[in-house]
Amino acid sequence: MLNIEIDGKALEVEHGSTIIDAADKAGIPIPRFCYHPKLSVAANCRMCLVQVEKFNKPLPACATPVADGMKIFTRSKSAIEAQKSVMEFLLINHPLDCPICDQGGECDLQDIAVAYGTSGSRYTEEKRVVFNKNIGPLVSTDMTRCIQCTRCVRFLKEVGGMMELGMVGRGEHAEITAYVDKSVNSELSGNIIDLCPVGALTSKPFRYSARSWELTRRPSIAPHDGLGSHIEVHVKDNKVMRVLPREKESINECWLSDRDRFSYEGLNSPDRLKVPMIKHNGAWVETDWKTALEFAAGQIKDITNEHGSEALGVLVSPNSTMEEGYLAKKLADGLGCGNVDYRLRQTDFRLDGKRQGTPWMGINIHEIEELDRILVIGSNLRNEHPLLAQRFRKAVANGAELSVISPLDNDPLMDIAHKVIVRPNDMVNVLGQILKAMSGLQRLSLCLPASLNQLLEEIKVRPNTQAIAESMAGHGKDYDLVAPKVGIFLGNMALSDPRFTEMYSMAEAIGGISGAKGGILPAAANSTGMHMMGVMPSSTGMHARAMLEVPRKAYLIVNIEPELDCQHAALAKVAMAKAECVVALTAFKSQALENADVLLPIAPFTETSGTFMSMEGRVQSFTAVAKPLAECRPAWKVLRVLANTLGLQGFDYETSEQVKEAIFSGEKPSAVVWRSLNNNLKELVEIQVNIKHDGLQRIGEVPQYESDPIVRRSPPLQKTKYNIKPMARMCASQLEVLGLVEGDNVLVKQDKGSAVLTVKLDNHVAKGCVRVAAAHEDTIGLGDLMGDITVEKLSVEQLQAHTKASMEARA
Amino acid sequence: MTTTISAQIPTPANSYEAGKPVMTDLNGQTLLCLRTLAEENPASLETYIKLGGYSALKRIVSEKTKATDIITQVKTSGLRGRGGAGFPTGLKWSFMPRYFDGVKYLVCNSDEGEPGTFKDRDIIRYNPHQLIEGMAIAAYTLGARVGYNYIHGEIWQDYEIFEAALHEAKAAGYLGENLFGTNFCFDLYAVHGYGAYICGEETALIESIEGKKGQPRFKPPFPASYGVFGKPTNVNNTESYASIPWIMQHGGEAFAALGVPNSGGTKLFSVSGHVGKPGNYEVKMGTPFTELLEMAGGVWKGRKLKAVIPGGPSTPVMPASAIMGATMDYEGLSKARSSLGAGSMIVMDETTCMVKALHRLSYFFYEESCGQCTPCREGTGWVYRVITRIVNGKGKMEDLDLLTDVSNNISGRTICALGEAAATPVLSFIKHFRPEFEYYIQHGKSMVESQIDAVVDGKAEPK
Repeated sequence: MLNIEIDGKALEVEHGSTIIDAADKAGIPIPRFCYHPKLSVAANCRMCLVQVEKFNKPLPACATPVADGMKIFTRSKSAIEAQKSVMEFLLINHPLDCPICDQGGECDLQDIAVAYGTSGSRYTEEKRVVFNKNIGPLVSTDMTRCIQCTRCVRFLKEVGGMMELGMVGRGEHAEITAYVDKSVNSELSGNIIDLCPVGALTSKPFRYSARSWELTRRPSIAPHDGLGSHIEVHVKDNKVMRVLPREKESINECWLSDRDRFSYEGLNSPDRLKVPMIKHNGAWVETDWKTALEFAAGQIKDITNEHGSEALGVLVSPNSTMEEGYLAKKLADGLGCGNVDYRLRQTDFRLDGKRQGTPWMGINIHEIEELDRILVIGSNLRNEHPLLAQRFRKAVANGAELSVISPLDNDPLMDIAHKVIVRPNDMVNVLGQILKAMSGLQRLSLCLPASLNQLLEEIKVRPNTQAIAESMAGHGKDYDLVAPKVGIFLGNMALSDPRFTEMYSMAEAIGGISGAKGGILPAAANSTGMHMMGVMPSSTGMHARAMLEVPRKAYLIVNIEPELDCQHAALAKVAMAKAECVVALTAFKSQALENADVLLPIAPFTETSGTFMSMEGRVQSFTAVAKPLAECRPAWKVLRVLANTLGLQGFDYETSEQVKEAIFSGEKPSAVVWRSLNNNLKELVEIQVNIKHDGLQRIGEVPQYESDPIVRRSPPLQKTKYNIKPMARMCASQLEVLGLVEGDNVLVKQDKGSAVLTVKLDNHVAKGCVRVAAAHEDTIGLGDLMGDITVEKLSVEQLQAHTKASMEARA
Repeated sequence: MTTTISAQIPTPANSYEAGKPVMTDLNGQTLLCLRTLAEENPASLETYIKLGGYSALKRIVSEKTKATDIITQVKTSGLRGRGGAGFPTGLKWSFMPRYFDGVKYLVCNSDEGEPGTFKDRDIIRYNPHQLIEGMAIAAYTLGARVGYNYIHGEIWQDYEIFEAALHEAKAAGYLGENLFGTNFCFDLYAVHGYGAYICGEETALIESIEGKKGQPRFKPPFPASYGVFGKPTNVNNTESYASIPWIMQHGGEAFAALGVPNSGGTKLFSVSGHVGKPGNYEVKMGTPFTELLEMAGGVWKGRKLKAVIPGGPSTPVMPASAIMGATMDYEGLSKARSSLGAGSMIVMDETTCMVKALHRLSYFFYEESCGQCTPCREGTGWVYRVITRIVNGKGKMEDLDLLTDVSNNISGRTICALGEAAATPVLSFIKHFRPEFEYYIQHGKSMVESQIDAVVDGKAEPK
């Protein structure tokens, strides 16, 4: 510790801190523009100049490390003079357009100018003008306002992982710009809006729609991935105007992914369902709640009475709140129906009943950056968990070695130490190799069950998997570690794979040997919560997949668009079409709900209270930030009243808090969570490691801006470059094998369904795979996200015939 | 900028004798850094070796002279950084970490880009091997494995001459692996800049070597601990390195004795402007200004001296009265309230309009600011625009105070020294020639030019 003095106040500060750190901790204000605690120090704005004893020049507080006995003056004549002169320089070329600037009212330059500026300017020359750049649909630019602090440049480079903005030109001609004709495509790009201390970078969707002081700021939780980011929803006249991050160091720090930031535009979509609707003679009729609920309850009752309670299937979105999931499950229980599930994008349910607890990510989010060795299995991190990926990036920047096993070679914008890019089917074998190599390295083969050892015997370890094993064991590129902190994570592509059980078992065994933390990275906001509450089939019930394979007579679906949100789009579509009655609780009207019979308008996360449990097991409740639109009602209330209408007992909840109370049986949520989270298996599941399988496999990724009904309706997100029509993407050698070239039209088939797609060369795809995006209307005829697929080239005539047929079918 | 080549070379008079200090008397100059100048092929390895070149390097490396002894010699010599700041070279060398696990770098700053500065190019052009030898000795002393000579982007021929010299030296075994049969290895590369003035700032130069945009880094950390690619790096000026072989050959004391106290050795002066024979002149430190001026042919056309910028535009301008009695060394000029800088002497005769001269200088700094930090980026443009307005006859009397104030606000508040460099001419011009500025503002035209009534041979003649 060092003893220093700031403005006469004696302070004890840590060795290595800068003056600004010390002052911030002590609550002594120092004005700044370029400094940001999460970014590297640039020291270019010069606003934080302070006087330091024994130095004849003022020093920048952000870049000057404290020394023992240092005496610092932030308000002395010399300091104030320096700060005022910098303020004057910053303002001479800055336009005085605050009245029409979106930043007005929340502008650092404006605020600091009040304190350090003068009422008039001495500058009478012509001001500089900088042309605006179009950097995409999310961030709007007014570059004349830019003060060249380079926070945006540093953010994209250091946090985003790619230097998408830079400063070109020198002196007064210096300007921030993207590469020629390029937009900023980072999935974290919205953060540069928050970072910009002036109005140079503002939100394009929010532009000119409200002034900051007209907005009511209400806290909430981001609902699109399992991170549980803290957000602040800004509301005007009961309409959500924008979403900003709320600082939470251990979760989202001060950042937010673009998906969480700009999805709110989907809330105001014209698709919003405003009143209950019943299908009458094939046409939708608006009705009131009482009629709709009675109709729905009557249908469910009739069908269960006639065909038994197992004729009903209940599917709940993993993005729904815990309260909603709990009540849906309880409602099914009340009817004696065991067919309940939230795992809509899973095919392999062999682990059901074999787990010791609720699977989770196995580590706290902020601990990721402390890991030394990381193995990521089957995850396109930036697509699935845009902000979590940043923690991995930090870990790698801190020196961690990242190994990747995946069918996709997408650039995570961080250094990968080792990677194996293979067909999903071969990932099991690769994991087997790693396990074998590790047990060899650690001489721990005896610790493995005999059955597993026997399986491993047939496996031959290759050099690249040996390298991963050595990395996990602590051997390093630069230096070796004796007991490295290891993390192993399974992503969406593993979770959706038909051989998830094998991958999970292998990963668990590897984790056991390497002493790793880790687990699964569930995709949705509340997957972990749903699992913990058991929103899953009873021992005799059917899981999500079975409910579609063996269609039910009636479905109760909560917050989903079946063809877009289920693993097997074609099955989901057929099942809904065949059912006698589909009761859909939904916030949106949708083509995907055309086969429903009752649409009950529910409130999205902004209009209801509820609780999400994040992938790290954090239980976070939030309240409504706006009143429900028109006749919309919170889904938990709808489920409650539906249960009442069905005549079920025990649905007397008055508030969502009471439901939450029931979920945790009055205990502290953390206590329950602590007991429940466990990634271990009770017993080793029978697995096979060496299945030979040569057919083409589909990699059915869900694009990040297609992940749920709200996101799918956000126009700005849909305008980004990530919104591309699904294509049949294959690597060059695969195209050669099939005799295809880029631009060909092909008929891709899965099970009985098919889709006509254009061929695209994508060398990030493993050989033997076709990458076909899911959750899109063009691919709803297809089957499993990860499964067998065939590709046939279409001639021009065949294509025409096909187009005609599909036009007729649509008509 | 004047692009004169060095002073005319008379018939070579080879005064080389083994063991004796080699200094060719050339028009009264003391040639040390340019000691090959009087020879027929001054840049060739043959010539340099004939004059005793590379003997110091060979001796030091073969005898395994202690690094501390070399640094002591350099300290004794009183050699100060020739790039402009005048920091004692020996002291700088002692800042390099002795024990470091990894590559250390050596960088030569040949990026002279200030108007009126053209001395380093003559060293590269006429005596590249002495620079190479100096760098090799420094590399040996500081334990640097790799060196870069960063050559200004606007000189091409000289870059090629240096490249050729590198090949020669390498082929002859003065660069590369295991030199002179020892384990000393040193690779030297030439790096060509793109002509940005700011890359002459050592940390911007380092950024440029790394392939980035040339922008100064905030110091500390200094290059000695965090330089090229984040490794310890020693950066010196071309002339500083070129002085080393002579010091090692003849000893630090001999070098110090050439000059005056606190300013050892010789100094190259790039004399430009209104003189009879503009060019580079290498003279002993402490040479009276009048002598140097005479060497350069005196003020041209028999006109009167009005002012001199003694060390490059970033040093304060001196009116004739102030410089006439000054000696050309660090302390001599500092006593006269200016500074030696890089020895880029710009001589101005009585027909020079100081307002327009400052206008041109301020344009230079406005265009060469890197734009990284606020005071310089915004301030240099402000200053230039105000002076432009004055030159256009639209000045206001309060502009002079404004210019002074803005310049003071730039100075000392920037990341690098360009802030001071840009402010100095403004402050010193207005301080010494205020009446001229006032006249211009009042009358909307130049005082000097108004006094000229005759135009002879297209040249302005004073009244």
